[in-house]
Amino acid sequence: MVELYWLPKVEDWRDRLRRLGEGGRPWDDVVMLAGARLDLAQTNALDTMARRALPEPPGPLSDKPVRLALLGSSTLAHLHPAIRVAGFRRRMWVETYENDYGQYWQELADRNSALHRFAPNIVLFALDARHLAGGIGAASSAGEVQATLTEVRERIRGCWRLAREHFGCPVIHQLALPVQPVLIGGNEHRLAGSRAEFVGRLNAMLREAADADGVEILALDRWAARDGLHAWHNPELWHRAKQEVSPAAAPMYGELVMRLVAAQRGRSYKALVLDLDNTIWGGVVGDDGVEGLVLGQGSALGEAFADFQDYARELSRRGVILAVVSKNDEANALEPFDRHPEMVLKRDDIASFVANWSDKPANLRAVAEELNIGIDALVFVDDNPFERDLVRRELPMVAVPEVSDDPASYAQTLADAGYFEAVAITDEDRTRSGQYQSNRARDALKASVTDLDSYLRGLEMRLFWRRFDRVGLARTVQLINKTNQFNLTTRRYSEADVVAVMQDECAFGAQLRLVDRFGDNGIIAIVIGRLQHDADLVIDTWLMSCRVLGRQVEPTTLNLVAALAKELGARRLVGDYLPTSKNGMVRDHYAKLGFAPCETAGPDGATRHILDLAAFAPRETFVEIAEERA
Amino acid sequence: MTEPQIYEALTTIFHDVFLRDDMVLSAGLSAREVPDWDSFKQIEIIIAVESHFGIKFQTREMDALANVGDLVRLITDKT
Repeated sequence: MVELYWLPKVEDWRDRLRRLGEGGRPWDDVVMLAGARLDLAQTNALDTMARRALPEPPGPLSDKPVRLALLGSSTLAHLHPAIRVAGFRRRMWVETYENDYGQYWQELADRNSALHRFAPNIVLFALDARHLAGGIGAASSAGEVQATLTEVRERIRGCWRLAREHFGCPVIHQLALPVQPVLIGGNEHRLAGSRAEFVGRLNAMLREAADADGVEILALDRWAARDGLHAWHNPELWHRAKQEVSPAAAPMYGELVMRLVAAQRGRSYKALVLDLDNTIWGGVVGDDGVEGLVLGQGSALGEAFADFQDYARELSRRGVILAVVSKNDEANALEPFDRHPEMVLKRDDIASFVANWSDKPANLRAVAEELNIGIDALVFVDDNPFERDLVRRELPMVAVPEVSDDPASYAQTLADAGYFEAVAITDEDRTRSGQYQSNRARDALKASVTDLDSYLRGLEMRLFWRRFDRVGLARTVQLINKTNQFNLTTRRYSEADVVAVMQDECAFGAQLRLVDRFGDNGIIAIVIGRLQHDADLVIDTWLMSCRVLGRQVEPTTLNLVAALAKELGARRLVGDYLPTSKNGMVRDHYAKLGFAPCETAGPDGATRHILDLAAFAPRETFVEIAEERA
Repeated sequence: MTEPQIYEALTTIFHDVFLRDDMVLSAGLSAREVPDWDSFKQIEIIIAVESHFGIKFQTREMDALANVGDLVRLITDKT
């Protein structure tokens, strides 16, 4: 089945469709609904609802409405809604027209026809394979076939010319699907009169003719090769309704048409923005170090990441700008580019490089500003569903493909999504990435107006905590020993050390698991506290996975630590920060949480902060906390 | 799958295809009684049913469908 799988599923799509326009902004609703992963019934329903809510084109649009004439030799009516909905997806209003069955040439030629009254600004020819190969059969000679090929090609070029002359508009030609079964097999090309072979040769000739005549090609033959012919063509429906393109594939057909229209109007995306950790390499560079990354030869996963990098570099060489937005210390983020031998992408391939701890929508704005392109020209690839959803919510105009967890699929997903559809490749495209290289300013992010609160509330986060136990021992020890960045003291402990904490009545060890509406993030934080003789609870260890930064896990954890400390009879919390080369991001951790600095700074920049428990009121956060018992 | 379960799933499909949430399905309901139920809608229903139930209809089977009851029986046979 042909699916728009890179578009996100919208949970309450059905209800939202029924409420279309209730908020007084029907066009925005339509655009949002069209951006979801839609099947045939949803596509048709949205088209119907959109036209009910908007009998006229909506207010001023940045693109002039598309008037697309669909001219063909078989049934095309089932394709109109999908074409219009694919337009809505791009904030384009689309009106469509279709010739009376089989009358495409007559309507083109007759200046008084309904087609001429419609006055299209795009003409799309969709001539089916059976129509085109009509005069050919196994008995035809090579000479007859050659003559017919030339004749059909010239007839089609005549149609293109007529459309141009009459309407002065761009022309798109949909190549025929290879629907005819072979008669010979692998050596089909040896049978002069093979219809399957005829359609293949005609498609090749039309590609050349289209280049000469300035016509754009809608390459359905390539999509049939990609998805399997059965996904695009259903012989049963051909016999029933003369639909060459299966209605089930209509949503994709509409998408392909509107990609070409958008490309002609300069509305394709321009830049590919990449996350780093677990998107272009395996692992977290800040924690695993350059040596610990999974990239390149040695494992299938590493090769898949390298292959995705190669695809990104190929895109940049044909004119797509590359950028990076990553939650990382910049030095850590840059290190693999400088010294990992298997990196395909080099520092110079990246036109805008933003690595910091700000939220990604703000950083994407900065990238667009630095590159001096519209934010609606960005495609953002991130393996983390939380980040993807946040960006979609804050910046709906940024394309965020729904990628799987497997980097082996990333390149094909970008290709299938067609973000960078182009109708011509210029010399400037091939040198574009170079133009951006001198133009870097990664700092000084402007304050953003991201409404994080409502987003966090909607995440329905629950933090489940458990005292250290045998079941979680291995994971606890692993986290303690591999977390480098969000780690206040970077103390490394063995299993025996952790067991000792479990048995110590004057200490606690807590492991925290974060669950949200996207699923279970697993154990994401560890805290160890030890009571000292003077009723101080010293936070021996506090570490957290960077994946959950910016989600109020820290203040929620503090609430827990304060409660556990009071249980032990403590009156103050004592938080130490021991700096390393990796943990600069938590330097101000305790100050941000309201601890007071202690006068005596330790050696090597170590600091100590105090929180008076008597005066402490638990923070209100959007994270519920609950104890989980084994 | 039980008949009530099939009716429930079909009701959602019909509501979505005809955009009328007040449609009530019965075995005797046919295209004649529903104004928008033309050959395109018929194909849309078939495709939605095939995709929802993970089944495939043959030409003869589709030709033999006269009403909702026929469709339910066909789905029952195939699931």
